[in-house]
Amino acid sequence: MSGSTLEIRNLHVEIEGKEILKGVDLTIKGGEFHAIMGPNGTGKSTLASAIMGHPKYEVTKGEILIDGKDVLEMEVDERAKAGLFLAMQYPSEISGVTTSDFLRSSINAHREEGDEIPLMKFIKEMDNAMDYLEMDKNMSQRYLNEGFSGGEKKRNEILQLMLLKPAIGILDEIDSGLDIDALKVVSKGINKLRNENFGCLIITHYQRLLNYVTPDYVHVMMQGRVVKSGGPELVDRLESEGYEWIKEEFGIEDETVGE
Amino acid sequence: MSAEVTTRFDKAYIEAYSDKNNEPDWMKAFRLTGFEKALTLDMPKPDKTRITRWDFDSFEHDAVKSNAINDLSELPADIQKFVDLKEKQNLLILKDNHLIYKHATEGLMNNGVIFTDLNTALKDHPELVKAYFMTDAVTIDEHKLTALHAALVNGGAFVYVPKNVVVEEPLQAIFWQDQKDLALFNHVIIVAEENSELTYVENYLATHDETKAVANVIAEVFAKDNAKISFGSVDNFAHGTTSYINRRGLAERDAKIEWALGQMNDGNTISENITHLLGDSSVCYAKAVSVGRGDQIQNFTAKIVNYGKHSDGMIFQHGVMKDKATAIFHGIGKIVRGGTKANAEQESRVLMLSKDARGDANPILLIDEDDVTAGHAASVGRVDPVQLYYLMSRGISQQEAERLIIHGFLAPVVNEIPIKAVREQLTDVIERKVN
Ligand SMILES: Nc1ncnc2c1ncn2[C@@H]1O[C@H](COP(=O)(O)OP(=O)(O)OP(=O)(O)O)[C@@H](O)[C@H]1O
Ligand SMILES: [Mg+2]
Repeated sequence: MSGSTLEIRNLHVEIEGKEILKGVDLTIKGGEFHAIMGPNGTGKSTLASAIMGHPKYEVTKGEILIDGKDVLEMEVDERAKAGLFLAMQYPSEISGVTTSDFLRSSINAHREEGDEIPLMKFIKEMDNAMDYLEMDKNMSQRYLNEGFSGGEKKRNEILQLMLLKPAIGILDEIDSGLDIDALKVVSKGINKLRNENFGCLIITHYQRLLNYVTPDYVHVMMQGRVVKSGGPELVDRLESEGYEWIKEEFGIEDETVGE
Repeated sequence: MSAEVTTRFDKAYIEAYSDKNNEPDWMKAFRLTGFEKALTLDMPKPDKTRITRWDFDSFEHDAVKSNAINDLSELPADIQKFVDLKEKQNLLILKDNHLIYKHATEGLMNNGVIFTDLNTALKDHPELVKAYFMTDAVTIDEHKLTALHAALVNGGAFVYVPKNVVVEEPLQAIFWQDQKDLALFNHVIIVAEENSELTYVENYLATHDETKAVANVIAEVFAKDNAKISFGSVDNFAHGTTSYINRRGLAERDAKIEWALGQMNDGNTISENITHLLGDSSVCYAKAVSVGRGDQIQNFTAKIVNYGKHSDGMIFQHGVMKDKATAIFHGIGKIVRGGTKANAEQESRVLMLSKDARGDANPILLIDEDDVTAGHAASVGRVDPVQLYYLMSRGISQQEAERLIIHGFLAPVVNEIPIKAVREQLTDVIERKVN
């Protein structure tokens, strides 16, 4: 088997003392594309943040493993080096740090000391990826995400994904705020990475994105758990019927995490 | 002052010093007035910092004469780094208060620009210097240190750009303290006549560290009608040096003064930067960054006073504090009566890197006119954990992520420094101070 495997077992996560995830199980292998859907406030971003190690989220129970290694023992940068990447729903703005300097530091962080990427090679790779994503080259000289429009921030996340080529990519609402053309471009970027060495977890509310990036598996989250899993056909049913039928099936009244 | 500098010097010493340097009589008289006032005036009282125990007394005043150099290659590597060696720049270097190198491009000379050390200017252009030396900007009797400055001034630069002359190339002055205990009473005067433009960058460096010394530095900057002055600096006095730094600007109608100050001293420092927007539609951007480390105590004041109608003042100061360093950043925007449609903005932010450091931002708006706009933002905080998380989520180590955030925090001023070599040196100094 090729690629990496991310295993999430019985994951419980709290934020500021409130339990948000109440036992999530999920396994993503190299080459597989998984989609997570679900109403607002059901714990999707919490799952993504807990995997990457966001400082506000506390894992109280369960395991996260990448290729058998304990992710929860790793610092955030170590998780990235182990192969994880999260395209964030709300990327930070960092004043004074150019996007280009940030990208170069990120690439070099994955290389050995003394084996930094040559400047010209870096510029070429960055320019190529920016062309592919139809981004304005001047953006690389602007401060990281500062004053970027919603769509520009999302493209910038995919730019990082393309340059860092992680083993497992988690994309949290990468399609929100994108116009139709941008959605196509971003999907093109994601599909370019599609191969047996790349596993992907796509969090989205819309079928639109999944029409371009077809998932192999689809999961629905409610109340801090994965309540239903299926194939791509699940997307069509959710699009036409909404979430009501799932709620009925499981006797759920309030789908959010609640108290 | 404790050991009383004024008892170590007397009138005879001051007269002899002035004579030795062949100064005009008015300068000698001015020094003596300064000395007399220093006997009675009080020390400055910077808001919220007690300086009664600071050592403004331990120093030597008169240095052994430094040898001139013919070529920049004769400079030690540490000093050379501050110079763009490739092209011959407009450059003055004073070592231990003595001029050791001077180069001015031909274009500069032909246009009637004066760019020289203060001592030479006093000889060659005495009346011009007299018109600006502690007359309208900084005055002799503000407190003991300004009076003492007048009495003991021992170095400096004089820049004069005539009407309608635009100087494209930056003018650079390096003030280099090599003799360990030598005091620098440095005085810089910059005059931009009507419709003229210039860029000036100064570096204060000390190649020694712990020995006690004093820096008493004044810069007076005059932008006449529609003149533009861009003033950059990197202050980098050593740990043992106690500094009083006073940079003041006067901007007349449609004039613009931009300050980009890298306040990187390692010793106790009072640094004030005050600009008076006298003319209608005059503009000042006062930007400064600082890093405090070790046990140093610093008091920074950035102040802009709007007199002119439609005058526009913007203060921007960012400070990083680590170890046990203490600093306060006063930001004062003042609009006087009659300054209609004036604008006073300011942003003061302090980034704390250790729990023992102390940093404070003190924004003040004093407004005596109704029809104006003003605003301020001030904050004291730590590195944002969510920003750190974002950078680290790309594999960047915590140390490197913090480094990026700190440099980014200081970048708005670093990027304004007009000479590449100086910009790089400021980045290096920051790197050294924060790591
Ligand atoms: N700081 C916090 N304190 C308390 N509750 C929080 C905090 N942050 C998030 N939550 C709650 O956690 C729950 C799950 O949030 P999460 O962001 O994971 O939802 P989501 O499924 O990603 O929603 P969306 O589709 O709107 O992005 C929400 O009810 C939210 O209000
Ligand atoms: Mg979310």
